[in-house]
Amino acid sequence: MTTPSDDLQPVELTVDATAPRITDDSVPVLSVRDLTVEFKTDDGLLRAVDHVSFDVHHNETLGIVGESGSGKSVTSMAILGLLPTSAKITGEVVFRGEQILGLPEKRLDKLRGSKIAMVFQDALAALNPVQKVGKQIEEAIEVHQDLNASERRARTIELLEIVGIPNPTQRVDQYPHEYSGGMRQRAMIAMAISNDPDLLIADEPTTALDVTIQAQVLEVLERIQDRTESSIMLITHDLGVVAGVADRVIVMYAGRHVEVGTVDQIFYEPRHPYAEGLLASLPRLDRRSDKNNRLHRILGQPPSLIFLPPGCAFHPRCPLAEVPGICDTEIPELRLVGPTHWSACHFAEKMAENAELALGAPEGTP
Amino acid sequence: MLTYISRRTLYSIPVILIAAFLLFWFVRASFDPCARARASKDVTAVSRCRDEFHLNEPVTTQFGRWLGDAVQGDLGQSERTNDSVQSMLQRAMWFTVQLIFWGILVSAILSIALGVYSAIRQYSIGDYTFTALSFIGLAMPPFWFGLLAIQFLAVGPKTWFHLDQPWLYFVGLHGSGKTGFNLDYARHLVLPVLTLTVQIIAEWSRFQRASMLDVMSADYIRTARAKGVPRRKVVVKHALRNALIPLVTVMALDIGALFGGLIITEEIFSIPGMGRLFIDALTAGDAPVLVAWTVVTAIFVVLFNLIADVLYGVLDPRIRLT
Amino acid sequence: MTTEHDLEEGRRNVREEMAPTGIGPSGFIPSSEGEFESASHAEPKAHSQWALFRRRFLRHRVAVFSIFVLLFLVIVCFGANYFAPFKNTDQDLLLGPVQPNGTHWFGTDELGRDQLSRILYAGQISLKIGFAVAIISTVVGTAVGAIAGYFGKATDQALMRITDLFLIVPSIAILAMALQLWGHTDSVIILVLAGLFWMYVARVVRGEVLSLKEKEFIEAARAAGASPTRIIVRHIIPNIFGSIMVNTTLGVAGAIIAESTLSFLGFGVQPPQTSWGSMLSDAEGYVGTSKAYLIYAPGIMILITVLAVNFIGDGLRDAFDPQSEKH
Repeated sequence: MTTPSDDLQPVELTVDATAPRITDDSVPVLSVRDLTVEFKTDDGLLRAVDHVSFDVHHNETLGIVGESGSGKSVTSMAILGLLPTSAKITGEVVFRGEQILGLPEKRLDKLRGSKIAMVFQDALAALNPVQKVGKQIEEAIEVHQDLNASERRARTIELLEIVGIPNPTQRVDQYPHEYSGGMRQRAMIAMAISNDPDLLIADEPTTALDVTIQAQVLEVLERIQDRTESSIMLITHDLGVVAGVADRVIVMYAGRHVEVGTVDQIFYEPRHPYAEGLLASLPRLDRRSDKNNRLHRILGQPPSLIFLPPGCAFHPRCPLAEVPGICDTEIPELRLVGPTHWSACHFAEKMAENAELALGAPEGTP
Repeated sequence: MLTYISRRTLYSIPVILIAAFLLFWFVRASFDPCARARASKDVTAVSRCRDEFHLNEPVTTQFGRWLGDAVQGDLGQSERTNDSVQSMLQRAMWFTVQLIFWGILVSAILSIALGVYSAIRQYSIGDYTFTALSFIGLAMPPFWFGLLAIQFLAVGPKTWFHLDQPWLYFVGLHGSGKTGFNLDYARHLVLPVLTLTVQIIAEWSRFQRASMLDVMSADYIRTARAKGVPRRKVVVKHALRNALIPLVTVMALDIGALFGGLIITEEIFSIPGMGRLFIDALTAGDAPVLVAWTVVTAIFVVLFNLIADVLYGVLDPRIRLT
Repeated sequence: MTTEHDLEEGRRNVREEMAPTGIGPSGFIPSSEGEFESASHAEPKAHSQWALFRRRFLRHRVAVFSIFVLLFLVIVCFGANYFAPFKNTDQDLLLGPVQPNGTHWFGTDELGRDQLSRILYAGQISLKIGFAVAIISTVVGTAVGAIAGYFGKATDQALMRITDLFLIVPSIAILAMALQLWGHTDSVIILVLAGLFWMYVARVVRGEVLSLKEKEFIEAARAAGASPTRIIVRHIIPNIFGSIMVNTTLGVAGAIIAESTLSFLGFGVQPPQTSWGSMLSDAEGYVGTSKAYLIYAPGIMILITVLAVNFIGDGLRDAFDPQSEKH
């Protein structure tokens, strides 16, 4: 029986052989500036991502949270250049000092899967149904590494073992439909880490899974990050997932980032009513969400990205909105509201005061 | 797999038997096998003929007799030529098989190429052109296309360039007194193959385009791109491989229907295949040939149905044929 | 376990869904997350179903143009008594065959008959057969398909087995034999063609009914005590009207081609009646001669009619089924 660290030895070696890792923490692995993605539709221009900027640092896990239509998946597709040509993309995506937005396909192919890898949601659909799982992982290795067939196979079996798939020597020759849901997701992760990427983008990696399997898959991701010191961009609609693994969090709404901060800041001092609403809608054991012990919900529907409300896109659903007033006329800019904490709410400061009052009150009363 | 094939074959037998009985009945009711005897002045000829075909017995008994003979390879005698029906079918089948072979080869290559091109260059000028052409191909009556082909590709060039012989022939598959697979054969083959493929290519290339577009938007194609696999390789290794599965089964089904489906082509180009045999038999009211012909073509359709299912199971590991 | 029947069903469905126009989502749009759907469905004002349908149909320019083409053909053919330059049966044996010219736009045949006039009159037969077959087979097919799909079980099994039997034998052969047996008048041709066309409609309708009858609103109607007839007529048919219409147009195109093919082979319309197919049958011998002009016009008429009908069907499909819409 080999120990996990023994298993991972070759992972480090193959990477060290190709390119030295930048270990300077001050230089972000990925830096996105003013990323905007637009699609032409029959009904008008659809802006799926609207001037989004963020950094992903070395060995950090960045959570991107938002509901369907918030632009989080499109953001990740734009980074990898996987959007259809009909998408109009502007802004900057700098990966380890290199602008990769609009790079020719050939250059991007070198990055994809080797330096930046992606784990997709719904692994059943994301794996080729007519190809053996092992072959699909081997293909990822074949594209980027100079290994012969038997070495690739050995490496594939090893990867399957790393992500915790039992009986990897047999499983390697099975088709995706012969795997269970959790195993398929593990196989996706094995494929993504096969070239030891610097950045792993995980797009809703646990959404289609049972809660217990979710935890296992997240655990695999964390373990891999510990060993390989890679950075992870974790895209999810589930704040619970983010709470467990992320270092920092970006909350997105209608294609814009509305709040950025550390996990603790987002969870304990939310400075945007949308983030606050999301938190309140989480079932929690340690706190009652309101007097009737009902789950809070955010009223209304997410807006159409073609016909965005004027001003702050969240104002029609916002409990704090001043309408008519600043909220339906002026788009709030993302601004610093605390150390490493940004919010795009006109009333971020007011929220801080309210929170202090609420905290102060129970202490004052006997 | 073997169990599946044998089970399906067993299941096909009653289907073919029922179809054969209905067809037998239908032809018996429609065509008098004793028409010739009736026409002759001989009074006893009719009753002799009726005895010969056992026409006084119930139709089920007649069918039983026919079936008993057919299983032993005796399909009766043609009314028209007094030839053995079995050898007539064999001769005709050979010509039809040649047409099907070349027609399918050409159609498969062209429609896969066109379908893939149109899908990966969706909404390009080329895609629009092929889309327009396929609409015309589907709306064009095949027999009219055959006439136009003779006019513009055979006779036309001959008169325009004052040739002694046209480049392409339009009668039969061989020049008189010639045999074998040679240039003469090829010059005879072009026009009939073109005529029979137009509609097939129009249909298959549309189908392949749709199937390809469907696959190209699948998540696993995105996964392959995210792995850094070059686009060309993704198209061939992942997209085409998956998009061919439905096309191949459709191809098998269509091939099965062609054994009795080349009536127009064979009629226009005077090729003595199955289609010509049917027309001749129908015009002459040749009942034994009609019965045998319909049953044989039905068997081919059922057979290729089975082939289509087996191919589907072979190509798609998710399908388990049990 | 996959039974052979399920397998066959699945394969057919694939074909039916994908074959016709095949306009699917393009490129690598992330379809797993409903980002685009949610956005494009949320429109500022609510459209009624009909207005939405009309808007989508009108966007299909070729289909709209095709409607005018088809209308024009129907008017000139059925108004041939007013529009045709000569009478259908007018012969001019002294004139004989002449090339197309100012008087005889499409020329004349051996008997000196004006081709344009003949084409207009022949069009009456071709169009009549095409539409009649489509309508009859749609009505019969819808009824049978809806009954089979709604009641299921033995009814359904019996219907599907019959359909299978019909599909085994080449339809042209069956048609030719049936016409030889029952005669070649238009009504026989119409009935025989309809007899081979209804199964396609029935199969499509059956499939749609099967999926529709599980829907909540049908169950609600059933729970409220509505009779099967009422449920089928009032709730199911209106919901599958789109695909029925599309299939009707396909039927028109198929019937026109089938009739012309049969007539070309000599098993369809018989003289003195003429259809476009039988005109081509008459002209077959002139291919490659100086009278080759006789083969062009009737074929072009068939081509234009079938093209127009297919384009209209395509437009209807786009209008009824937004999923097949272009991006």
